[in-house]
Formats: sequence, structure tokens, C-alpha cells
Amino acid sequence: MAFLEVKEITKKFGETSVLKGVSFEMEQGEVVSVIGSSGNGKTTLLRCLNFLETPDGGSITVGGTTVFPTEKAKEKKETNGLNFGMVFQSFHLFPQYTAIENITLAMDVQAKERIKRQGLKLLERKAALKQAKAQNEETAKTLLARVGLENKMNNYPCELSGGQQQRVAIARALALSPDILCFDEPTSALDPELTGEVLKVIKGLRDEGRTMIIVTHEMQFARNVSDKIIFMADGVIEEIGTPSQIFDDPQSEKTRAFFAKASE
Amino acid sequence: MEDFLEIMTELLEGFGNTIALFAVTLLLALPLGLVLAFGSMSKFKPLKCFVKILVWVIRGTPLMLQILLVSFLPSVFGVATKDIASALGLTVADTLFFFVALAFVINYACYFSEIYRAGIEAIPVGQYEAGKVLGLSKRQIFSKIVFMQVVRRILPPMSNEIITLVKDTSLAQVLGVLDLLNAAKAMVNKFVVLTPFLYAAVFYLLFSGLLTILFGWLEKKLSYYKV
Repeated sequence: MAFLEVKEITKKFGETSVLKGVSFEMEQGEVVSVIGSSGNGKTTLLRCLNFLETPDGGSITVGGTTVFPTEKAKEKKETNGLNFGMVFQSFHLFPQYTAIENITLAMDVQAKERIKRQGLKLLERKAALKQAKAQNEETAKTLLARVGLENKMNNYPCELSGGQQQRVAIARALALSPDILCFDEPTSALDPELTGEVLKVIKGLRDEGRTMIIVTHEMQFARNVSDKIIFMADGVIEEIGTPSQIFDDPQSEKTRAFFAKASE
Repeated sequence: MEDFLEIMTELLEGFGNTIALFAVTLLLALPLGLVLAFGSMSKFKPLKCFVKILVWVIRGTPLMLQILLVSFLPSVFGVATKDIASALGLTVADTLFFFVALAFVINYACYFSEIYRAGIEAIPVGQYEAGKVLGLSKRQIFSKIVFMQVVRRILPPMSNEIITLVKDTSLAQVLGVLDLLNAAKAMVNKFVVLTPFLYAAVFYLLFSGLLTILFGWLEKKLSYYKV
């Protein structure tokens, strides 16, 4: 059984079928890039995996546990934070928090809930929370160093360049150590000279053995970084294979047409 | 000189009532407005409808009419103001103040609710989604991420509304509540001079000036980041 199994995911917006039965598998440590023209369901697929959209049908299994569909909505919520992380096209950092606060926020909330469940006395709880917060801050510093921004930890998002903001967003997504990290066109909102620094970070994560799904328009990057490429067209996976299979020897007519258009 | 002292004492007493009405209205209408804002954005249709109609009625009719209505409503059911006063253990004057405050709180909560709603709806959906993928609950997203951004966005329209409230308090006199303007009027009548009006104007100006400075400071304090 594969680590991630996505089976026959469907999603309709009104009358428009955006996903018409998408199935694929991936193993832990693999990097899968999803390519294809805009409006063919790539982003919707990622959003379904992160429960930002609820699929109309199909199933999602991570490490043998079915995360969709689940019986209870609550259960879904609890599994969600751990299974998937998401990096958005336009970062969505929290503007009122510094870089490091953006990263510690969710960790601190989690720590608070965990400590609450332990049923400690007030003073013990306060001490435990303080300790957890200090720990989270250390984790956040390590993560910021990981994306090369340890000297920007006290800066607000508005004081950072797009590339730096996206790197903070990556660190934020890593903070909860998700099993699978998803990227939704992570460099599409960036100036060309800033894409490099973000792609470098993602490459570094690949070398660490992170499991990642990347929706991207950067063909060269997808080719270099991925174990598998998924080409989506018209709400279905048109073709799936290794980078050389897809880029050098595409089988589908639609894939070939896409590349021909992309290289124009 | 004695006249001046008497005028000032009377005006200060009125000003005290004005400030009390102002404070009570703010203290209760600010949270109630937020509740109404959530009601008007609710997915539960009957609640949403109820709040929308309430806001329409309250914003669409004069505040003075609402004050009069609140104070006369009990008598429609055969309950006199002094009965309510004794039931609540208040003086009649305090009961009238209570009626006025009730009308003010409802009225301002409705205006505030629309300001809150505008502020909440202006927050990009990406902020909610970023919170959601970090495993935060709806409540946590609102309290940890959205609320402070809303406060920052609505500060200018809120300060506008709150400064209007300073002057609206003068409507309290329709029930004979001794607010600042009512006290000034009494003094003008008693001493047949116009200066009490001038003093009252100075009080209002100082009060709203202070608020303007306060809101300016708050706005500056919150603008350490760009939205």
C-alpha cells in the first residue's frame, strides 16, 4: 500500500466539473510535480487534499489511515493539520505578526491545547506553556535558518520581499511537520529574479527526503526536482510518469500539445 | 462670580451624565455590535433575516423616536415609569437614564455591526485558509488572526461613529435627563445669558478633541504593519 493513495476524487463547482475522478499514489520521500494549463484542476486537487475544498467523491488515504471521507467532521479536522501542509501562491502570511510569530502561532496554539488536556493546576499549566513556547521559538529559529532568514525573524511580512515572504511561509508550513507538504504555484506571484531563492529552498527540502506535491509552471524545475510528474488536463490525470517519460517521450496527444505551446 | 460657579457646577453635573451615557453606550454597544455582525453574516437564514431587518429599522428611524418609544412602551402595557423605578430599585431620573441608554445601546450596536461586517468581509479569504491549513479552528482563526486586522481596518469609521455619539448624547434631554446640553439650557433660562451654551460647546469640543487625539494615537500604534 502506498503512503498516499488518492482515489477517484471528484469535485464540482455548480455545474462545472473541475475534478472528474483523479487517482494517484505516492511513497514517502517522493516529490511529485503537477503540471498542466491553468483551469485544469491542479489547484483544486491540492485544495481538496488540504480540505480547503470538500471533494464530492473519492477517497484519500495517508499512511494507511483514511482521511477522507471520515465519519465525523471533527476527526477530519484533527487529522488534517498533521497530514498535509500547504504553501500558497500568494503566501498568505499574517501581516500583524513578525516572521517568527507567523511560524510559532500554530505551534503555540497546539501546545496550549495539549497542555489544557493534561489537566494541570494553573501554575503548572503556566510553566508548561512557557516552556513549550520557548521550545517553539527555538524550533522556529531553526526553521528560519533552514530557509536562510534567521536575521529577519523580527521583521513583519510587509518589510520582506516576495521571495523572503514565501520562504517564511514555507517555514511556517514546516512548523507542524506535516507528512506531505503541498505547494500551490509557489513562485507564480514572484518577480523572476526572486523565484530562484524559493526553488532552492524546495530543492533543499527534497534532498532532506521530504514528501512533497508541487503544482508549478516552472517546467525545468519540475523536471529537476521531481520523482514523478503528473500532467493534468480537463479535470483528469492525462499522463503520469518519471520526468524523462513525460518530458522526453510524452504518450498523450494533449501532453505533447501542452509542451509545444509552452515552448513557444 | 457666584453665578459662574453655579453655572459650572450645573454644567459639570450634566457633563457627568453625558459621559456616563457615552461610556455605557460604548461599553455595551461595541460587543453587541460584534454579535449582531456575526448574526448578519450567519448562514442560518432566519437569524440573518432578523438581524438585517433590525438594522434596517434602527438605522432607518430617528434615534429620538427610538428613545421616546422605549420610554412609552411600558405605559402601553399599563406599567408606569415610577413602577419600573421601584421594581428596579432606582430613582425615576435613573430609570429615564436607563431607557435612554437602552435605546442608545441598541441604536449604536446596529451601526457598529455594519462597520464590523465591512471590516470582517474585507479580510482576504487567504488569511482564513492559511489558518485552516495550520489546523486552527474557526474560533482560533478569528481571535488569533482576523480580529486584530479587523480592528485596524475599522478604526477610522469607528472613531467617526464614536465622535458622533458624543454629540448624540444631547438627545437624552427628550426624556428630561440632565445631560450637558439640558443643563446648559436650564442655566440659560435661569440667568438669561447665552454663555452657558458657549461653555457647553467648549466641553463638547474638548471631549471630542480628546477622542480624536486618542484615536489618532491608536491608529498610529496599530500601523506598525501594512495590511
